[in-house]
Parts: sequence; C-alpha cells; structure tokens
Amino acid sequence: MTVPARRLVSALPEELFDVQLTVNGAAQRASVPARRLLSDFLRHDLGLTGTHVGCEHGVCGACTVLLDGRPVRSCLLLAVTADGSDVTTVEGLAEPDGTLSPVQQAFQDCHGLQCGYCTPGFLTTITAGLRETPNPTRDDAREMIAGNLCRCTGYLNIIAAVLRAAELSDGRP
Amino acid sequence: MFGQPIVRREDPRLLVGQGAYLDDLGQDALAAAFVRSPYAHARITDIDVSAALEVDDLVAIYTYDDLAGPLADPLPLLIPHPTLTHGRTAHALARDEVNHVGEAIAMVIAHDRYLAEDAAERIVVSYEPLPEVVGIEAARDGSILVHDDVPGNLAARMVQENGDAAAAIAAAAHRLTLDLQVERSASTPLEPRGVLARWDTESRRLRMWSSTQTATGLRAAIAAKLQLDLVDVEVIAPDIGGGFGVKINHPWPEDVLVAFAARTLQRPVKFTEDRREHFIASAHERGQLHHVEVGYDDDGRMVGLSVRFWHDNGAYVPYGLIVPIVTSTQLLGPYRPGSYRVEFDSLYTNTVMVTPYRGAGRPQGCFVMERTLDAIARERGLDRVEVRRRNFIQPEEMPYDQGLIFQDGRPLIYDSGNYPAAMDLLTKLVGWSDFESYREQARAEGRRVGIGVACYVEGTGVGPYEGGHVQIETSGRVKVATGLTTQGQGHETVFAQIVADELGVPIDSVQIVTGDTRRMPYSVGTFASRAAVMSGSAIALAARAAREKILRVAAEALEASPDDLEIDDGLVHVKGNPGAGIPLGTVAVLSNPLRYAFDEASKAATQFAVGDQEGPPVADDDEPGLEGRDFYSPPRATFACGMHAAIVETDPETAEIRILRYCVVHDCGRLINPRIVEGQIHGGVAQGVAGALYERMAYDEHGQLQNASFMDFLMPYVTEVPSQIEIDHLETPSPLNPLGIKGAGEAGVIPSAAVFAAAIEDAEGFPITRMPISPSELFALRQQHRKVSR
Amino acid sequence: MKPPPFGYSRPESLDEAVRLLAESGSDAKVLAGGQSLVPLLSMRLAAPRQLIDINRVSELAYVHTDENTVHVGALARQADVEHDARAAGVQPLLRQALRLVAHPTIRNRGTVVGSLAHADPASELTAVLAVLGGAVRLASAHGDRTVPADQFFVGPLSTSAAADELVVEATFPGRPPRTGSTFVEISRRHGDYAICGVAVCVTVDEDGALQAGKAALISVGPTPVVVELGQVVAGTHPGGDLSDVHDAVWAAVSPEADIHASAEYRRKLAGVLAVRAVREAAQRAAA
Repeated sequence: MTVPARRLVSALPEELFDVQLTVNGAAQRASVPARRLLSDFLRHDLGLTGTHVGCEHGVCGACTVLLDGRPVRSCLLLAVTADGSDVTTVEGLAEPDGTLSPVQQAFQDCHGLQCGYCTPGFLTTITAGLRETPNPTRDDAREMIAGNLCRCTGYLNIIAAVLRAAELSDGRP
Repeated sequence: MFGQPIVRREDPRLLVGQGAYLDDLGQDALAAAFVRSPYAHARITDIDVSAALEVDDLVAIYTYDDLAGPLADPLPLLIPHPTLTHGRTAHALARDEVNHVGEAIAMVIAHDRYLAEDAAERIVVSYEPLPEVVGIEAARDGSILVHDDVPGNLAARMVQENGDAAAAIAAAAHRLTLDLQVERSASTPLEPRGVLARWDTESRRLRMWSSTQTATGLRAAIAAKLQLDLVDVEVIAPDIGGGFGVKINHPWPEDVLVAFAARTLQRPVKFTEDRREHFIASAHERGQLHHVEVGYDDDGRMVGLSVRFWHDNGAYVPYGLIVPIVTSTQLLGPYRPGSYRVEFDSLYTNTVMVTPYRGAGRPQGCFVMERTLDAIARERGLDRVEVRRRNFIQPEEMPYDQGLIFQDGRPLIYDSGNYPAAMDLLTKLVGWSDFESYREQARAEGRRVGIGVACYVEGTGVGPYEGGHVQIETSGRVKVATGLTTQGQGHETVFAQIVADELGVPIDSVQIVTGDTRRMPYSVGTFASRAAVMSGSAIALAARAAREKILRVAAEALEASPDDLEIDDGLVHVKGNPGAGIPLGTVAVLSNPLRYAFDEASKAATQFAVGDQEGPPVADDDEPGLEGRDFYSPPRATFACGMHAAIVETDPETAEIRILRYCVVHDCGRLINPRIVEGQIHGGVAQGVAGALYERMAYDEHGQLQNASFMDFLMPYVTEVPSQIEIDHLETPSPLNPLGIKGAGEAGVIPSAAVFAAAIEDAEGFPITRMPISPSELFALRQQHRKVSR
Repeated sequence: MKPPPFGYSRPESLDEAVRLLAESGSDAKVLAGGQSLVPLLSMRLAAPRQLIDINRVSELAYVHTDENTVHVGALARQADVEHDARAAGVQPLLRQALRLVAHPTIRNRGTVVGSLAHADPASELTAVLAVLGGAVRLASAHGDRTVPADQFFVGPLSTSAAADELVVEATFPGRPPRTGSTFVEISRRHGDYAICGVAVCVTVDEDGALQAGKAALISVGPTPVVVELGQVVAGTHPGGDLSDVHDAVWAAVSPEADIHASAEYRRKLAGVLAVRAVREAAQRAAA
C-alpha cells in the first residue's frame, strides 16, 4: 500500500520577512520565512542559544522568554508575529558587568539546577513572576513554576531558589 | 573539600545561557531529518524520492542501498551473553522490513531542519503491512512473529539459581503465589538526542559531538562502522541536558549516518532529535510480567523463592540482557531468600527497543520482592516492617554472597551495608509505630490513608574500569580528565573537590573535563550509578600519582626529603615552614627539562639554569612533565542501599491519590558533596513518583504509540511531586575503593512503584499488583473489589 | 517538528482580515494566540496554504464590561480577561474558569475567542459560554451575524462558523442577583486538559435554598453538555446530599474512554464534581 505524499508545496524559495526585535536591549534583525519559530530565530538566526527547545509543543517551558515583559513559549510563536516586540532571554538577565541577577544567584545558592537544560525557561518565568509577586509564599512559589518541567531536580530546590531570589531582590541577606 | 556541600562550579555558565549543548554547536552544519515508519510491522516494497528532489536547498537523500561494507550490516550487539541466542539489532536504515513505528528508513540532508522535513515529507514509501506483536502476552503466545527467524519471539531464556527453590517451597510451612506487572515507561530527558560530525579533509579524521553517555563507546563503534582507525576518530560529549540511561545506547542509527554523511559530503552534518522522535525512535524500559512463588515459615522468613518473568525488549536488543539480568539479581534486595530460582524470557515486540532507564530493571525487581513480603505479612498477620527485619541480611554477614552472577559478569556479593540500622532510621523518620492511631483519626474524618515501605540494594560502581589523568601546567592550573560523561551530576564540582584535597590546591585552580576522547581515550561510560565510584577513585589515584611526582621534583629543588614536604593552597613547602615554598607551577616548569624557554618562568628549566650536570636530564624510570594517570578497576560492584516510606491519601469518591509524606533513608557510603547527593535523591524520587502514578507508554494493539508527546505522556510538574522529601543518611563506607564511596544516581527511583503500591493497598484494603496506577484505574479496582468505604 | 511552508499575511484592520479570509476560503487558518494552532503546524497536522495573522488587528484587542455583559474581542488574551477586575465583578465565572486553563504562560498569548473558535471538547471556556447562554459574533466579507453558544459548538474541534467567517467577539451575560458560580475540574496534572470539568451557576432564595441551577460539562461529550438543574434542585438545601444532582448529571453524559480515563470513571466524576460545584456555587451565591 502506498502512503500518499502530503500536499505538494511549491518548490520556489520561500518568501522572507524582515523581523526586527529588541533582544536584551539590543536591536536585532534578520530575514526569515514566516514559518520560522521564535525559538529557532533566537537560537539560530541571532545565535542566542541560551533559550532551549525541549518539546516544541508548548508543554515543557524550556523555551520560555519574556515578550514585552511577559513569559511566553517561544516555540509557540512565529518570529514574524513577534516583529517589533521587546524580548528578554536568559542571556539578558545578568548585569552588564556579569553579576548574576538575584534569580540566577539564588539558583546557584540553592542548587536549583543539575543538567541546566530547563533552567533558562525557569529563570525568565521566575524573573517575571517575582516582579508580579515580590514576596511569594511557598505556595505562590509553587504556582509560579507550575508550568515548567524539570527532569533532574524534583523541583524542591527550585522552590527554594524562588524564595531565596525574593530575599536577594529585597536586599535581605 | 571532600564532604563539603559547596556550590557547583558548572553553574555560572549554565545560568547565563552559555551552556554548550549539542544543538547549540555546529551552526554552520547541514541538517538531517528522517523518514520514519508509520507502521509497527511492515515490509518496504518501494521508496520513491522523486518528489523530494524538488525541495529548495536539498543536499542529499540516503536509503539502505547507499550503505556499503560495515555500514550495511546491522548495528552492533553491544553486550552479548551465552543465553542471548537470538539477538537482533536494527540496520542503520531499514533494509526491507520495519519493526516499530519510528524506525528510520531514509535520511535527508538539507540546509536546515525545516527544509529537511519538507523533503522527508515528500518521500513516498510503499509498505506491505504485517501483523503486529504488541505486549508481553502477544509476544509469548508466539503465533505472530516480530522476526521471522526468531521462534516464539524469544531473544533469550535465562535461568539463575542458588539452591533448590522448588523443593524448598514445596517443603515450606506456607506458600504464596503472586502475579505482578510493571508497565513500560521511559527516561525522557528534557534534551532529546543529538549528534554533530565534522570530517577534516586535510588530515582525514572525524570529529563528532554527541549527547551520548559514552564517548569512548561511540568512538569505537563509529570507527568500526566507517572503517577508520581509533586514533582518527574523536568524540566529545558537550553539555548534555539529562540522560537517565537512554543516552547510553550506541551507536544510534543517526550517529552512524550523520558521520557517514559528513565524510561523504565533506561538510559538517548535525542531527537534532525532536520530541516526537524521542518517543518513537530512542528507547523505553520497565515493561515486565512476573509470576512469583514463595515459601516461608511461621515467622514469615522466606525459605524458597521462585520467580518466572517475561521481559518486553521491544523490536531490537542491542543492549543485550542487562535490564532483565539486573531485575533477576537485584530483586533479592537486602534479603536472604533461602533458595532462589529466577527464570526470564526476553521477548521481542513491534515497539521501540528497550535499554536501561534509571534503575535499569531494579524498580521491577524491587516491586516484586516488596509486594511478596507485604503479601507474606498480610497472610501471617505480621507487621510489614517486622517481616522485612526477619529476612534482612545482617551486617555481620557481610560480605554476603547471593550465589548469582550480576550484570557485570561478576559474582553478586554485597560488600557492606547495615540494613537493620537503615530500617531503624526509616521507622523513626516516618513514625511507623504511630501510624495506626493516625489512620483512626483520619477515618473518623472520613479520610482514607495508607502507608507503605520498600527497601532495595543497588550494585553500583560496576567495571570494567575508569581512568583519571591529572596534569599540572606551568601556570599552576591543574587539568584533570576522565573519560566518562556528564548529564547534570555535577562532575565538574565533585571531581574537583577530590583533586583539591589530594593535591592541596585551591579548587578554583582545578579544571575537570569529562567525555572527551582527546583528553582521556580509555573509558567505559556513565551508567549504573558508577561515575563517582569509578572516576572519583581513578582521579584520586591519578592525583596521588601526580602528588608523588610533585613532591619528588620539589624535594630536589628544596633540597629536602619528599616526606618532609606538604602542599597547601598550591604551594609546596617543608612542613612547618610555609613561608619558603615553591608554587606548583614552578614545580611543573622544573619537571620538564628544556632547551627552549617559552616564557619568563620556563627559563628556570633550561639547560644552563638547572644544577645537576651529571645524570640524564630525564631519569630512566621517569617522564618529563607533571602528570599522574591511573585507572580504577574493581573486582566487583559496591552495594548501596535505601529504604523509602510513603503515606498517601486516596479520595473515596474520585480515587485521586495524594502524597502526604515521603521519607528516604539512604546509604551511599561517604558523600563527596552532600548537596549534590540530595539533589540526586530529589530528582530520583520525583522520577519514581512519575513512574508510579503518571507515566507509561500507551501502545495500542497495532503498535501505535498513543501518547508520543508531553501532552499525553504525563511527566510531572512541581504540583505532582511531593512538596517535601524527608531524608536521613547512613554511611557504610565501601571497602572496595580508595574513597569509600558508593553510587547515588539511581537511588531515588528504585523503590517507588513498590512503596506506592504498598501505601495504596494499605489505604484501600485490596491488592495492588500492577503499576503505574492512575485514579481511573484505582476506581476500576474499587468497582472490582466492591469494598464498602471505611 | 517544524511547520510546513505557508503563505503569510498580517492584516492591520478587521476589514482587511475578512477580505483576506474571503479570498483564501477554506485553505486558510487564522492565527491569534497560536497556543493550539502552532503545535498543530509544527507537528504538520495542519498545513494551510495561507496563514492570516490577526495579532496586529488592534481594534479587536478589548474587554468591555457594562452592567450586564462582558464583551471580549478576538485579540483579548486569556490573561488579560482573567485579571480584568470589572469583568470579574460582572461575571465571576470567567476568572474562575480561566485560572484553570493551561498555565499562566500559555494564557499570556492564548485568546478567549480563539479557545472558543477552536472548540476543543476539553476547553473550559466552551462550558462557560454554554452555561451562561453566551454568544459569539462572526464577521465576514458579506456581513456579521451572532450565534448563540448552543448553535455554535457542533462537534469536537468543529463550530458552525463558515470558512470565510472570523469570530470577532464573545459575549458573556453577567451574574444575576443571588447567583453564584464556580468551575470545578479534575485533570491528571495541574494545567492539563480536564478529564472531567463542570461550570455551574446556581441561584438561591433569601433562605439560601436552591432555586435554579445550570451546569455545563467538558470532556464528557463532543461539545459541552448542558444540564438544566432547576427542577432537580428547586427547594433543596445545598448542605444536603444533592444525590439528585449527581444522578441527573450522571444520566445526562455519555463520555468516551481514552488513555487517561475510562468512560465509567469520567461519568462518575461528572456526578461527583457537579455536586461539589453546586455546593461551592451556592456558597458564593449566598455571600
């Protein structure tokens, strides 16, 4: 039995669209096909490989970046749709002099990462989360990270990192 | 540094997005995509690539007909065994038959993955579907075959025994029979597989990066397939986003084909697996069916145990019989079974192949033994912990020979352990003796609660060996390499802790490299919770060798005896005189007699500068440089153990299962970094909860995987795992290695199915014989048993 | 898993959008939130010839709440509706249900109208529209029309919108006096599609006894199953065993099995959750 081919697509080279974003404060642009996912745009067209791809169906959260300050799944956005937006990736969280942000520092202090693959998604999600809820309870912290998968840590140290990040942001020791 | 919970040194780069995982590399590489079988079992009658040829920027298409020589042979059978009489492995691209959904049939190389998938989609494969074999019952029935030349779908039948179990059971005061089942699941690390290959045309050498758990294993396999000398193949494992066992298998078809394409096209080629591919084209584990007969005395002591089980090994069996052998042997746990007989059939099915997943057959064995002991306790009306105590191997019986052969081909001898002490800690931690009053309280509130315990042992640190290489550079920096790989276990930190202690240097001057065949070409790999034991020991030995040379060279320079010297903070000095010492970097300079200085410091080693004019610059039994290299090769595994307890609550109406408490007592010998060990336990417990209550591979009767995505394969979020894990440690140091350590990597996951089955059974009052369990399945069991609500 | 090629347009006005839709007909897909569509594209389960990206049609990005109704434009993100205080005041069921939709990150992009247009049998918002007797407005090159919930959802992932119609707005009636609502669901993991979920509105009298009630259930049929509870609850007290509610709902649903749950279990949950929801909604009605 023959398995029929999907609908044949025209063999002409694809139309390219000019996508301009502000990424981590810097203007970035590239010409890409409409179907280019934002995750691939960041990783391969802009060379910012800190954002990771774990599933490409929006469930794992490893690809989470901030779009105009809000956490979004970059694997569920087309780069063209994001044209004109302000994007923050994990590469944009630390200070220009390299000092880790409170969230990043908290992850190190609390052993909140093992293989590090899911970590960028957690860092951006929590950075935004703490802006909204600067003094989270343990339950708040849980809720904040409830949409991100981690296979290594069992999450307990990540919750601790959220609470520690709140302390560090606060200036508490 | 040993024993210190220091923060990890690999974290800074990972936290700022500067990790280098496989897909981050090779931005200039061509992309590979695959045409994969949509059928679980079919003959390929035609492959038509004509429509694909029109796709923009297509570079190449390969099918089986393009493969010649060793490339056209099946992939290697990695671990042969005399009983594996019908071992079958896949071809790199299907030759004329496919045996599982997802099997690779054609490889497309294009400018990027989008275009490669466009081309792959246009390739038209014609199939003649064949009847599928799915599930253990269908496989052992044998009326439909996966492989035409494997009767009964039987890859192997293996028996191990110690004593005469049948006779002991027959003569026993009491007997029980149990039928138990564990369903198939998988490792599912967050990073799928990946491989990148570059062929260096000038020097005719191949360099590969792979998310593999064994760089040296992959190197050897690729060299064999591509008919290259080992010295012309380099394999590097970059940062890896989790392994959990699935990345130990090698070479994957994609590894071989990407290397072949890179050499053929003379351009770098990269394959990044996507999530759906990981579900249907990597590996699974856990599926087994067990029939148990046990004989015991009035006090619940086993006198004979006979286990017959059936292991689903999927369509191919490259990893041999390791998983069912581990089940067969580790099933015994910390207990004396009396006489023991275990027989298993390893069976083919038209599903993804089975290779180790964290625990590697132990969870199934632990499930079987722990359910058996609970059943004995129930039948005898005895406390479940008491029955376990009566069956424990006692500490004074160590080393204890179970009379079987383990997965490393060595005798199954437990080297050390104190099971009664571990149980004391666990019962105290969970409050075992207080539970009945808690249950009464809950019952009065209309709540249903239950408690379970489960114990295991784990043979860790299996051989054959690992190596360590320590080199001190003239800068004073200490470069350390070991050949096995890292997937998040913190090796850069824990191995540096060992070296810092052995050499007396600041930890910041130590750099660890793992999984790079250029730096350490002899290695086995990361699996079986062996890295700390094997590489930790090898690195310690290598550091000691380096230290011995440091002191010898420094002694000459300081005109002292090596015994009078010590090293602190990177400075070698006479004991009691820290002011007058020489830095390690200078010792490194002195260790290599030079003709040519290359910087200021190195002038001290040149021929007119050094003192001794008599003997040869490099003595007969010596070498230039400041290095230490050694290997650790144990006679057998070292046995860690653990005991877990769980308290659950089940909803009388909705059958939802809630974890109220989870307690762990854990013995992995001495701890290099307690924080990292604790992290391993957290992660293992979470994975265990996942395997007990959420995750399974849902194949339909046609071999279609119905949940090949994270939407329907239920990997837990934070909300599904315990919000607290109570941990207590016991340390029974291993007598088998210089550091006294045992492996910790798999511990958390091993007893989960057992402990949750026990707790749910305790809450519900009817037997739980199959795991994982969902609320819907618990509901169905309730209907079956028609119990009135307590 | 990368999307196949498609033609792409990004209109900046509603007029332009419906014109493009009219031109492309049945071989176009509209992209708003993308949280359901983009995975389908990546998995190549959908391969439209044309993608019409309406994320620049800012005239559709609104939540307007008046005394009796919440009007949600096609581009209003689920998160924005969830956090809209006026909307929550007039119709609390919106926020009660939205809290349960996937995860906050998904809700930052997903749209309320998109979820309704997608018509997944497990979508909480379809039950909300159905239980409240809301409606959607459809726009096309040849005019607008309004379709009530009970005529909009026709099957799993299927609505009565024509290929050239764009869903531009959803309207949710506000809460009448002495009426409380809730959304209760059970899913395998937090944020997953529900195995069974129920939206309930009940009205109580001055003594707190139940007067009227309505339930809409998800994941137990091809479209939301609406169950009139008025007859069943009238005069009863929410503190009672409510077994009539349980039985009425149990009888009204014929769910299917899937890998996560059997049909019997879903059916059991329907009855159990309806009772829990009626109790919770009644408490809110009295408050």
